[in-house]
Order: sequence, then C-alpha cells, then structure tokens
Amino acid sequence: MSELQDYASSLEDTNSRKFETFSYLPAMSPEQIRTQIDFIVSKGWNPSIEHTEPQNASGSYWYMWKLPMFGETDVDAILAECEACHQAHPDNHVRLLGLDNYAQCPGASMVIYRGIPT
Amino acid sequence: MAKKYDAGVKEYRETYWMPDYTPKDTDLLACFKVTPQPGVPREEVAAAVAAESSTGTWTTVWTDLLTDLDYYKGRAYAIEDVPGDDTCFYAFIAYPIDLFEEGSVVNVMTSLVGNVFGFKALRALRLEDIRFPIAYVMTCNGPPQGIQVERDLLNKYGRPLLGCTIKPKLGLSAKNYGRACYEGLRGGLDFTKDDENVNSQPFMRWRHRFDFVMEAIHKAEAETGERKGHYLNVTAPTADEMMRRAEYAKEIGAPIIMHDYITGGWAANTQLAQWCQNNGMLLHIHRAMHAVLDRNPHHGIHFRVLTKILRLSGGDHLHSGTVVGKLEGDRDATLGWIDIMRDSYVKEDRSRGIFFDQDWGAMPGVLPVASGGIHVWHMPALVSIFGDDSVLQFGGGTLGHPWGNAAGAAANRVAVEACVEARNQGRELEKEGKDILTTAASHSPELKAAMETWKEIKFEFDTVDKLDVSHK
Repeated sequence: MSELQDYASSLEDTNSRKFETFSYLPAMSPEQIRTQIDFIVSKGWNPSIEHTEPQNASGSYWYMWKLPMFGETDVDAILAECEACHQAHPDNHVRLLGLDNYAQCPGASMVIYRGIPT
Repeated sequence: MAKKYDAGVKEYRETYWMPDYTPKDTDLLACFKVTPQPGVPREEVAAAVAAESSTGTWTTVWTDLLTDLDYYKGRAYAIEDVPGDDTCFYAFIAYPIDLFEEGSVVNVMTSLVGNVFGFKALRALRLEDIRFPIAYVMTCNGPPQGIQVERDLLNKYGRPLLGCTIKPKLGLSAKNYGRACYEGLRGGLDFTKDDENVNSQPFMRWRHRFDFVMEAIHKAEAETGERKGHYLNVTAPTADEMMRRAEYAKEIGAPIIMHDYITGGWAANTQLAQWCQNNGMLLHIHRAMHAVLDRNPHHGIHFRVLTKILRLSGGDHLHSGTVVGKLEGDRDATLGWIDIMRDSYVKEDRSRGIFFDQDWGAMPGVLPVASGGIHVWHMPALVSIFGDDSVLQFGGGTLGHPWGNAAGAAANRVAVEACVEARNQGRELEKEGKDILTTAASHSPELKAAMETWKEIKFEFDTVDKLDVSHK
C-alpha cells in the first residue's frame, strides 16, 4: 500500500479550479480531441465552441465563438474552428459542446484547450 | 332495459371477466401475478381481483342499481401463463379512468393494492405493472425539474453525476458531518448525501446539519470552481415539519433536498415535489422499505410500479439499484425500470419485464441513482449500464479510501471521466475496464490507491427476484 498523501487543493492556488467534464484528466492531445469530435458527430449533435477567462469559468455563459456549427459533420472543419478560437484566445479555456436539440441540452461538453489561471 | 334487483352472491366472473373487452386508450391497465388457492378457476380469481380492486363487494347490493355499474367496473380482460411457474398466472385488468382522482397516486394505489391483497381466495398477489394512460399522466405534477433542467442548474454535461453517502450512517455531530461532506466535495464529487435514516436525532439536529453542510458546499465550490450540492434529508415525522425543513434549506441556498417517498408517504411526497417545482429546488428520492414490497416474486408490488408512482408523484432522482453492488437487482429488470424513469415513451418489452407501452408525454424524466456497495472497480460497468443520465453514488467507496474522502472522491472522479472518455472513443467498457482504469491511474495516485484497496471485493450472490422466464 502506497504511503499516505495530502490532497493538494486550496482557495489560494488557482490551479485548484476545475472546469467540469474531463478536467480531472490530463489535458487532451490533438488525437484525443479528434476522437471526441468524432463522437459528437456520430451522435448527430451540433458542435459548438465557447471560451472564457479561467477565473470566470463557473458561470453558465461563456463567450460563444461565432455560432454553433449546425449540421457540420466534417471533423477537420470543426477542428479548424477549435484551433482558430484557441489562436484568438490563447489564455482562455476553450470548450467544445455537442448540442442535442431534441433534449435541448448539451450531450457533451469538454474543455479542449486549457487557459492559464490568474 | 332496466335490471331487477336479485339479492345473493353471484360468481365474480359473471360480471367482471370480459375476455372480449378491448381496452380503451384512456383505461388504466394493470397486470397482476395471481397465485390462487387450490381448486379456484383462473377466470373466477382474475374477476375477483378486478372486482375487489374496483367497484365490487362479495354480495349484490341494491344500491348497485342506482348507478351504471357496467361502466365503472374493472374488467379482467386477459389471462396468461407465467413462464416457468405453474403456481400462478398473469391477470390483466382494465379500469375506467374516472375511477381515480386526478393527480393522486394515493388514490390509484388505494384501489389497486387495497383490500384485494388480503383476499382469502388468493394465496398471493403481486402487482407487476400499470399502464397509466397519458390522460392520467397529464393530471400529475411529476418531477420538479427533470434531467435537463438539473444539468443546466448544476452545469454538468456529458457524464454521469457523482455522489457519496456520508458514513457512518448515524452518530456524527453536525460539524464533523460537514467536514466529511466538505472533503468529498473538494475532491471532485458533485453531491454528498444524507443517509436515509438521518433526520433530526439528538446527536445531530437537522438545522445544525443544514448550516454546516452549506458552509462545506460554499467552500468546496469556491475551491474547485464547480457547482456542488448535498441532499438535505427533509423526511420528518409530520408533513408540516417536512415543509419547515424544506423552507429552511431554500433560505440558506441549498440546491437540492431529499425525501424518503415510501416511509414518508406519497401524499407528503407529492406535496413536497410540487413545492420544489415552485421554488426551483431539486428533489432526491430515497426508497427505504421498497424491498419489503417488491422483493418477493409472488406477493407485493414490483419496483417498476413503484418507479412509475414516484415519477408521477414527483422526484428528480430515484435509487434504482446498481446491478453490480451489494443490493439485489436483476440486470435486465433494472434496465427496464431505468427506462421507465428517464424515457418519454417506453415500449412493452417482456425481456425487461415491461408489460405495457407507457407514454409519459412531456413529463420530465428522473435520474436513476446507483448506490450501495459500489467502488471504483465497478465504474466501467456502471457507466456502461447507466449511461450519462444517472448519479453514481459511492459511500464506502469514497470514504473508505486510505487517504480520506478527498482522495476517494478524486479517485472516483478520475475513473468516471476516464470511462466516459473511453466510451466516447468507441471502446467497450466492460471488456476493457481494467486497461482504462490502469491507464487513468498512471496519472492519478488517488485512483491507484483506490484500485489497490478494493481489488478483491465482489458481491456475487444470486438474485432472489428474477424476471419470469422459463427455466425448467
């Protein structure tokens, strides 16, 4: 059995802030991002990109990047938009959503580029 | 032509056995598993069940003729063999909708599982399923918020929610209890939960518990940047007291409260659910006492019926069993009743024990809660069985972590996210579970320690209440 460890997390350390689904896993590689886009497309959901300053991540509304990509199924096109958002806002969290318009609820939501907490 | 009054005892089947009857869309339909006393014909017993659960009594009375009893009576319209069991049979009964008060599961169940269950001509009786007509469903309030609204309120998408019941079940002081909650929430849980028998005992009165737990939620939210909740159990000796606790939970900003809908009673539950809807509060439902009613395969009320009762009475979460943990639950039957909780239309499917099509219309769904003897090694199976619209709840499986609650919570959070990520990639969780968890543990010492702690624990007993399938 491994030795007793402290759980490092505090108000002071902004790196303790999480940002929901997949934020307890390591940052996603480009290949991992691609497979998640594949999944969203395979479910028939509408891809959508949002970003925010990390300190404002807990709100319901992030900045929408353009409009949701209704009906877009081209994984490369979706990936290109994700990268464009990240280039324009390199310090922000960028999240990818799969909007399920039947449930009127995102079926998927994940931060694919991690911002720099301040 | 008007009937003449003819006093005396008639056979039930003369009035209540109608094999040519075609049920109407507005009828409430019920399927009973009937075990008759020896020598009583099936049609007579089925008709007796229809009579005793609707208009009938044991003898003819003159006041029968003051009304149109042929309209109001329940009708036994079909009989079927039970696969693999000759001691009993299924009786299908149709009830006209105006036998029941609108929006009252109390009234429906008082008829359907009332006196008839003590009827001497029966050795045993089990209510297997009910088809509530959409016309009746629309008179019920249903879940206060529903699954989509809960996701929006709590900002949780694309994964199951993660909870933990605080242990020991009883005996902690309010401040120590709040500590246990705080540690779990800061480690990555979405919810902590009062155990069902935590109400307001001398060692911890409800109001202190509510205050300390809210402090825990606020700090964990500030620390993690994520939204958190704790199911504050408002189950109380009286409905007035229950409402007082609910009002206080709202006053201090709690997002979710909890009720035990069977021991607390369905009238109280419906009242609380309506209040929750009007006050933007989520409602978690525990099911203490259900196994008293639903475990015996020949007598009682099947859990799929209790599930429908809850969806109509109102609740946003309902304990469903885990399939894989320490508590009873056949896999296919469980899949059947989690469909009943969540879906807007459920087709008849005998392989999952569902006897009728059930249309829920616009009524929101209920999140199934998998809780009871589960730990991190069960995660791949749980994500595969329950999917995203569920709450996976680890009590001992969080708090029993060798490094404490925060580490236990983090281990489960990493595991659930790793399983969701893998599932999205098209991997088969139940086959590749070990690989997926082992890879995830390579960057999470908390998960690694959890996997070492619970490696050997399994709960492999045979299920007592199996689906009725031929196994002779």
